[in-house]
Amino acid sequence: MKGAVVTLGLEEFQFIRTFLQQESAIQLDDEKQYLVESRLQPLARREGFDTVGELVFKLRANKTGVLRQKVVEAMTTHETSFFRDIRPFEALKLSVLPKLIAARAATRELRIWCMACSTGQEPYSLALLLRENFPELQSWKVKILATDLSMQVLEKAKAGVFNQLEVNRGLPTPMLMKYFQRQGMNWQINDAIRQMIDFQPMNLIEQWPLMPPIDVVLLRNVLIYFDIETKKSILSRVRQRLRPDGYLFLGGAENTFNLDDGFERVELERSSVYRMRRLNETKD
Amino acid sequence: MQVLIVDDSRAMRRILRNIVEPLGFRIAEAGHGVEGLQQLIEHPDTTLVLVDWNMPEMNGIDFVKHVRSDPKHEQLKLVMVTTETEPAKMARAMMAGVDEFVMKPFTSDILLEKLQLIGVPLPSVA
Repeated sequence: MKGAVVTLGLEEFQFIRTFLQQESAIQLDDEKQYLVESRLQPLARREGFDTVGELVFKLRANKTGVLRQKVVEAMTTHETSFFRDIRPFEALKLSVLPKLIAARAATRELRIWCMACSTGQEPYSLALLLRENFPELQSWKVKILATDLSMQVLEKAKAGVFNQLEVNRGLPTPMLMKYFQRQGMNWQINDAIRQMIDFQPMNLIEQWPLMPPIDVVLLRNVLIYFDIETKKSILSRVRQRLRPDGYLFLGGAENTFNLDDGFERVELERSSVYRMRRLNETKD
Repeated sequence: MQVLIVDDSRAMRRILRNIVEPLGFRIAEAGHGVEGLQQLIEHPDTTLVLVDWNMPEMNGIDFVKHVRSDPKHEQLKLVMVTTETEPAKMARAMMAGVDEFVMKPFTSDILLEKLQLIGVPLPSVA
């Protein structure tokens, strides 16, 4: 971002930093001033401010209100693609789901939770993977819960409409042909796939709703944005909601070490997956 | 790994080359399907072809059909990189034997993700 006009003073940056920490537990380093500028610039323009500084001024006067929510949303990362990183999906297809399907043969129920699902590529990838590889699950009760902090991205996710660049990213063309309809320059995923997913707003740092135990949690590329205490709190709550033989997926740069002893890492299909440590195992 | 880029636009060939060459792949280029078939004879070790649809002499679909009619190219990965995005046309390309489809405009990430999808071994990107 060299050469960009910085209109944000240090004090304003500090305000935004504290604000984001309180509202969403997102941590920004000292050198992230450019990130605030670049993320908030389009919002400032949309809201009719000349500079990000003016937006911040307004934000300080406005203790509640929609502007606060909009700032949090603008600062939340939405970088995503279908079947992102591939390997976790290989692990699900070849190892995790076959094991869970065998283990749940009596109840015929499966619950998967995509935390921070953003614009929906992750839960839709999961739904497509289930539909393509495990057709027997159509007679099961399968629930994919997909949550995100941002109402704006959830609306987009629910609609299941993606532009050409988005469907180009990571989505195998045969699946595009089979499960999407073209609408002008966009593509919409079909109703049968959309109905497999329950999209709900949720802020991970606030209280979590009661829910039945979950078999698989996808919490990928989320923890990196939080401070250590928040990471610990989230992981501990994931553990409380996961079934004892359930699985947790984290992002490639994330792990549970020094954060939560209750998980152990296993390698499945060259992907790191976390399982609950057995109770009788001694911890060192 | 030997890669062939078939596109009548020199600019597009350069864009594609700039994305795949840093991965350590050797690159051959062709301006249309007929040249592409010649390049495959000259480089029998080619394992991946990035091919445009609309080209003079021989278009991408005819090129793909030719390649797929020859059993010795059975293992060859064919990726079509094109502005064609009509579902019926894409289906035609897939029927002809294309492994993946990249719609223009695209980014380097898009192309690399598609290559990963069809099992092209890529050096792990940090």
